[in-house]
Amino acid sequence: MTALRIPPTGLRFENIDKRYGGLLALRRVSFEIAPGECVVLAGRNGSGKTTLLRVAAQIVKPTAGRLSFPGAQAELPANGRPGYVAHTTMVYDELTAEENLLLFGRLQNVENPAARAEELLREVGLIERRDSLVRTFSRGMRQRIAIARALIHRPSVLLFDEPATGLDPPGITWLANTLREVNRAGCTVVMSLHGESEISALATRGVQLDAGSVIADTKSGASLQAILTFGSA
Amino acid sequence: MSLLSNTAILLGKELRTEFRSRELLTTTAVFILIVLVLFSFAINPGTEEAREFAPGLLWLAILFASSLMFQSCFLREQTNDTLSSLRLAVSDPFAIFLAKLIANTLFLLLTELLMLPFFAIFYNIPLWSKLPVLILVLFVGSLGISIAGTAISAISAQARMRELLLPLLLLPLLTPVLVMSTLVTASLLDREPVVQWKGIGFLAVFDLIFLTALWLFGEYLLEE
Repeated sequence: MTALRIPPTGLRFENIDKRYGGLLALRRVSFEIAPGECVVLAGRNGSGKTTLLRVAAQIVKPTAGRLSFPGAQAELPANGRPGYVAHTTMVYDELTAEENLLLFGRLQNVENPAARAEELLREVGLIERRDSLVRTFSRGMRQRIAIARALIHRPSVLLFDEPATGLDPPGITWLANTLREVNRAGCTVVMSLHGESEISALATRGVQLDAGSVIADTKSGASLQAILTFGSA
Repeated sequence: MSLLSNTAILLGKELRTEFRSRELLTTTAVFILIVLVLFSFAINPGTEEAREFAPGLLWLAILFASSLMFQSCFLREQTNDTLSSLRLAVSDPFAIFLAKLIANTLFLLLTELLMLPFFAIFYNIPLWSKLPVLILVLFVGSLGISIAGTAISAISAQARMRELLLPLLLLPLLTPVLVMSTLVTASLLDREPVVQWKGIGFLAVFDLIFLTALWLFGEYLLEE
């Protein structure tokens, strides 16, 4: 369902600084994510995970440094842009679930956006509520529509900021399965998580941030497990 | 091409959400109506005084009402951070501005057209014979107000004292539009009406300059 139609894309952060007034949210962040990797960002609140994801999504411009997408075509097609799920839903409360997906599908030149929207609504379990305004949805339903919005254009890079927020256990299982499927299809997945879950089990690499800097970056056994369980009780 | 298609899609969204809630249209129409009614008590209808002051009052009412309208223009995009999802989705951020300013101009024009009969009645000024040119003046004036208002709305939505900042930035910026629109409208509503094409041309040039500036620098206004 979410098969990639463009070459897999990686992410390269080179000496990224991000300053908000007097606060240095990111300092000298440098690492590269290979196409098709599944990376978990861990760290305390305020460590810079969200800022890093927003820089990767190109919503926030870094104060210094460079972000690039190894493997990406010079002229990015619509689905070359990352799919991003933030703390907020990033969808319109005054539109229905289907209208939201159609809006973002059309803006991103998705082929047959109506069929794609229906497919995603079915997958996220909201097909029965397709004509309901998003403002009538529960937190978990909003999160499902937020995830559907991020997937609508079949992106080659997915950036998820605490994607399990508000999801019930079946929702978390669904999300883990979806991420596994898109990752197998070649999609690069970067997500910030707190604690171990079905979703963190997908990670092949962990990057830990503290005070805006990378303090650990590992792909191997015990140290990866330590990062993935960061924040667990 | 993608700019135009993205603009059309976003304009559809703006119109759909507004006609569903009718928040902006209702607020703006009621505000203009209240101002026109209140001033009509102060000025004797049908007199030369009314003809002299009514156009200025009409444009002041439009200007103040539009500043109410612009408050929520970008603010409503912040509720769920939808501005970020739009920026991720569109290929040219100018499409976001273009859709919003077209929608604002349409809402403003619709409100003005609804208010014109009340204006004619309260100030006893016949409008019928001048209606086509008056609509042209309202269009170029409202377009100027919307272009500047949409830009300032994007700036003020990210500020802390946004309710105060918007009128503080907007009203001085729109002084030339207010003055010229009032002069052109007053000449048009005079007992011996004159169409001031130079004034209309001035308003059109103002629109063009501000639209070009928005096209060139709009992207920076959307940055966090």
